[in-house]
Amino acid sequence: MNAECTFQEYQKGLAEDKILGVLCADCSAVTVPPQAVCCKCGSQKLSSKELGKTATLKTFTVIRVAPEGMNPPYIVALAETDEGPWLMGNLIGFDPEKADLELIGKKVSISSQEVKGDIYAIGDIRSLTFSLQ
Amino acid sequence: MREVAILGVAMTKFGNSEKTNMEMFAEAGLEAINNSNIEARDLEALFFGNCLGTFEEGQMHMAAFAHSAIGMSMSAPSTRFEGACATATVAVRHAALLVGAGLYDMVIAGGAERTTAMGTPLATRTFAMGSHAQYETPLGITFPGVFGMAAHLYSKKYGIPIKELKRNMAEVAVKNHFHGAMNLKAHFQKEISVEKVLSGVLIADPLQLLDCCPFSDGAAAVVVGSADRAKQLVNKPIYIAGMGQAAAGPLYQQQDLTRVVAREVSMKTAYKQAGIGPQDIDVCELHDCFTIAEIMAIESMGFYEFGKGYDAAAKGETRLGGKVVVNPSGGLKSKGHPIGATGAAQVTEIVEQLRGESGSRQVKGAKIGLVDTLGGDFGTVCNIILRS
Repeated sequence: MNAECTFQEYQKGLAEDKILGVLCADCSAVTVPPQAVCCKCGSQKLSSKELGKTATLKTFTVIRVAPEGMNPPYIVALAETDEGPWLMGNLIGFDPEKADLELIGKKVSISSQEVKGDIYAIGDIRSLTFSLQ
Repeated sequence: MREVAILGVAMTKFGNSEKTNMEMFAEAGLEAINNSNIEARDLEALFFGNCLGTFEEGQMHMAAFAHSAIGMSMSAPSTRFEGACATATVAVRHAALLVGAGLYDMVIAGGAERTTAMGTPLATRTFAMGSHAQYETPLGITFPGVFGMAAHLYSKKYGIPIKELKRNMAEVAVKNHFHGAMNLKAHFQKEISVEKVLSGVLIADPLQLLDCCPFSDGAAAVVVGSADRAKQLVNKPIYIAGMGQAAAGPLYQQQDLTRVVAREVSMKTAYKQAGIGPQDIDVCELHDCFTIAEIMAIESMGFYEFGKGYDAAAKGETRLGGKVVVNPSGGLKSKGHPIGATGAAQVTEIVEQLRGESGSRQVKGAKIGLVDTLGGDFGTVCNIILRS
């Protein structure tokens, strides 16, 4: 696996406002976050690929009963990137109490924020955020 | 593969238990052994399911202790299985595979889970460990959240207004509680109304409290043997007609989460092995961890077309007396969901249904039954088709 495709590099990319994935030489699918094989065909022939930062919101939920350490309510959503892969992130800058199905289909910008790891996590992790465009 | 049968089955009452995981497993295991007319020393292996024992009781390596707790012989290996909520079904399937392969003649499979010992915040945190720890869990996703997202997408994809979908989801809860009210082993043995479901607190939009299964304690066990031995030992062996199991990656890679593709793959294998189709299933215990999950499952199994299963419960088609009875035990929703035991309890219900031993919730004349269990963010699905 290419050094630039590791979890650490992906995290470093997010800190620099880059979304790094891998492009499959066999089927052209993009896998993001990166892993050792293409998520569509399993090929190991991959090269690094930086994704754009726009996506379409496909679905969401408002978490009201949360795991310990989290502060509900907050929105978790899935969005389809312009390159094809779907990503899970927090929709931020939007009142969870106003979230309804009108959100689905809206264009979002992808960014990231640092989430403090609890005693079970590997540490602090930058995770994805979506903001309505 | 030679023919494999199920002999004795048993489950503890599901709910809040003062007993330890080992005590609960011993209760179910010994009853299953006694119902099989064998001794624990006759068993050649234990396939033991447990997910969160380390958090529940500070107990790792439970399989070896479970083996001792029911008095098995040292020569019989005991192995722990973990497939999130599908844990015990995966354990039963592997037991059946090795009996079918001729390696063993008589084994036991099952599991135990004591989720309520953790309390809701820690239980919610540990259940969320079933999501991707780097890319999903830090977002604060929960299992109700995953199925909440599925419900919103279902509403949008099929053009069913969310209010209408929610009313139909509530009908699933009402139906499963109607069944569970007849089950003395169920966590909740009371009927509820659509209005009550729709007035519950929101857990993860659009899911309200009674759209969700509870955290439960319990254990279940199943004795699996060669058909030849089973016929000598019990009056009504129940035969394994077909099995399937499939795996999928993290949820974000699965994309359209109205379709549990791993289930479609697993069911195809199971139907093919059994030489039957969805129209042949008389009774089904499926993974209704949330009301929308049952709607998605009956579509994946081929009982309904995609986008058409949402009003099956409201129409009475999946209730006792309906065209395919779904979750006569009350399902995870009403019977409860001790995750490491759930699959073996589903097998227990189907075996009893096919033997005609289910009392007031008996599906009349049931000959073929289906078990369906889903683990994690749709990452593990296991199916077992049984026949009398």
